[in-house]
Amino acid sequence: MSDTDAQSVFFMRDTMLPQVPPPAGQSGPVRWLRENLFSGWFNTILTICGLIALYFLLRGLLPWFAHSVWTADTLSECRQIIAAKWGPDATGACFAVVRERWTQWLFGFYPRHLYWRPVLTLVLMFVAMAPVLFPGVPRKLMIFSAIYPFLGFWLLWGGSAWVPLGGMAGFVLGYIAWRVLRENRPLVGILVAVVIALLWWLLLAGPVIDLFRSIAPLAIESVRSDRFGGFVLSLTIGVAAIAISLPLGIALALGRQSDMFLIKTLSVGFIEFIRGVPLITLLFTASLLLNYFLPPGTNFDIILRVIIMVSLFAAAYIAEVIRGGLAALPRGQYEAADSLGLDYFQAQRLIVLPQALKISIPGIVSVFIGLFKDTTLVIFVGLLDPLKGITDAVRASIDWKGIYWEPYIFVGSIFFLFCFGMSRYSMYLERRLKRDHR
Amino acid sequence: METIERAPDMSHMQVSDEIAIQIRDMNKWYGTFHVLRDINMTVNRGERIVVCGPSGSGKSTLIRCINRLEEHQAGQIIVDGTELTSDLKNIDKVRSEVGMVFQHFNLFPHLTILENCTLAPIWVRKVPKAEADATAMHFLEKVKIPDQAHKYPGQLSGGQQQRVAIARSLCMKPRIMLFDEPTSALDPEMIKEVLDTMISLAEEGMTMICVTHEMGFAQAVANRVVFMDQGQIVEQNTPREFFNNPQSERSRTFLSQILGH
Repeated sequence: MSDTDAQSVFFMRDTMLPQVPPPAGQSGPVRWLRENLFSGWFNTILTICGLIALYFLLRGLLPWFAHSVWTADTLSECRQIIAAKWGPDATGACFAVVRERWTQWLFGFYPRHLYWRPVLTLVLMFVAMAPVLFPGVPRKLMIFSAIYPFLGFWLLWGGSAWVPLGGMAGFVLGYIAWRVLRENRPLVGILVAVVIALLWWLLLAGPVIDLFRSIAPLAIESVRSDRFGGFVLSLTIGVAAIAISLPLGIALALGRQSDMFLIKTLSVGFIEFIRGVPLITLLFTASLLLNYFLPPGTNFDIILRVIIMVSLFAAAYIAEVIRGGLAALPRGQYEAADSLGLDYFQAQRLIVLPQALKISIPGIVSVFIGLFKDTTLVIFVGLLDPLKGITDAVRASIDWKGIYWEPYIFVGSIFFLFCFGMSRYSMYLERRLKRDHR
Repeated sequence: METIERAPDMSHMQVSDEIAIQIRDMNKWYGTFHVLRDINMTVNRGERIVVCGPSGSGKSTLIRCINRLEEHQAGQIIVDGTELTSDLKNIDKVRSEVGMVFQHFNLFPHLTILENCTLAPIWVRKVPKAEADATAMHFLEKVKIPDQAHKYPGQLSGGQQQRVAIARSLCMKPRIMLFDEPTSALDPEMIKEVLDTMISLAEEGMTMICVTHEMGFAQAVANRVVFMDQGQIVEQNTPREFFNNPQSERSRTFLSQILGH
């Protein structure tokens, strides 16, 4: 067809006119400016006000950053340098403090020759998180993810390797008990597993660990909890609390929906109590009250106590976020799962939770971000958080007395990095799990 | 009625004497509202029963009681020799033998079509994955959508989704199928494809209870029509008798409304 057309239709044009750009002002930046910034007298005034505000803001900030000093030993030296270089009235940031003291913000008072241990823990953390966070990573790595909490504990606190191994043994024993019983009595299996693990930890673990220790100590240099500080402390508490609070929150959310009166009442009571109390109250409870309740002589580490309290706090919020996700699921999903003969745990695991958690991702990540930033509150129980604890410690030295903004900017940007990372990951996850094709 | 084009092949549709479902003096309340009153009904293996009646008459509630999506408060329901009580074991046993198709399909949107079909066989029946996949593909071919196996439910039309829902139930190899208004949420041109699937299921001798307003389907396939009103079974009869010579005043009113136009 087209061949004959080409031959017979002789008036068909063989050269095209060159493309003409659209009239000026109808495309590109000019059009954008006109549409968005100067589309009427009101918007024009707003734009001008905005520009004026921006000018004053930058007029203060830019020289301060531009004049910043990165090498100096004291704050007064900083000021001298700025005055000599930019005139007596010039302002300037003194980031020399960050340069000189950054290890303190990152590691607190962790022994200098052992810095490699928290660094290794951090690196391994990313290895352990990879199979949990990304689908492309081999599933076998999950085994490392399961071991990681104990390995991380050992690396950070040091001491005998038998302590974390003993802790792990409790989980292994519980898991074995659950595997044996789950076929016939899933609920009883869970109960027995918990009881066995608790018995092990409370009664048997101590003597057994001592026994192994006396045979072969397997110890590395131990670091006391009061040497922890800065981001090592924040990340330890934050990551541990995130890892503990998510499963706990899921369990509480399901417990709140349960038909069983006791489970429902306990869950509701726990959630409402924890949410009704400020986090600082819980932290004080962790640091002071628990000592009254625990048998005298028990040495229950303060950081572990704080981790438990922060986890419980976050779990209550996560439970409510997930409850929102559960409520958004149509009843038909439960009915379809029931009518196919799936039991309660199968239905929750395969049908309900995957959908409810997906809906809850933004809320859960918000709770995690809040939790991570709230780790700075541990200053109130005498732990050196990076924001105030370490900054005050740095400022206490005569060299850096009076420095104010620079440490906060430094600490704030590191927090931003982590929180922004979490936020981006949650958006990636939402995109990856998108199934509705609307 | 024009949705049924071909005459079903009745050769396999034999009703045996074996009792599949027995309901005796069953009563159900929602709070204080008496939804189902004194229901007595026996379904033999191979029977195709259509339950009809005005809305709010308790049809859906009745068949939802048969796999215990709803709990009855008085009387007995015996499915395949297992009585439905609050014993979870019995309930799970009955549910794995009884397939159910819902008005709104209720496919699992986060799983592919194939995964929707293999989930229950793998987790409930403990069938190996390869075998479950093969069974699922077999039934997906039967409902004529094998090429959609790796799509998600959201990508399919309503009629296709309902056929997947039927295939998903069949993958559990149920002995009884319940249909709860399977075509009520569909556009008219999709009703036919779902009804065709149901007819071929009937031709293979499946025991079926369908709540439906498709009277053409009832006439062509059912060997008994159960008419309900206000929570009671008003009339049970063969389709021919029911449509041509309804016994009660209420059936006559209902039929004149639904067929009269």
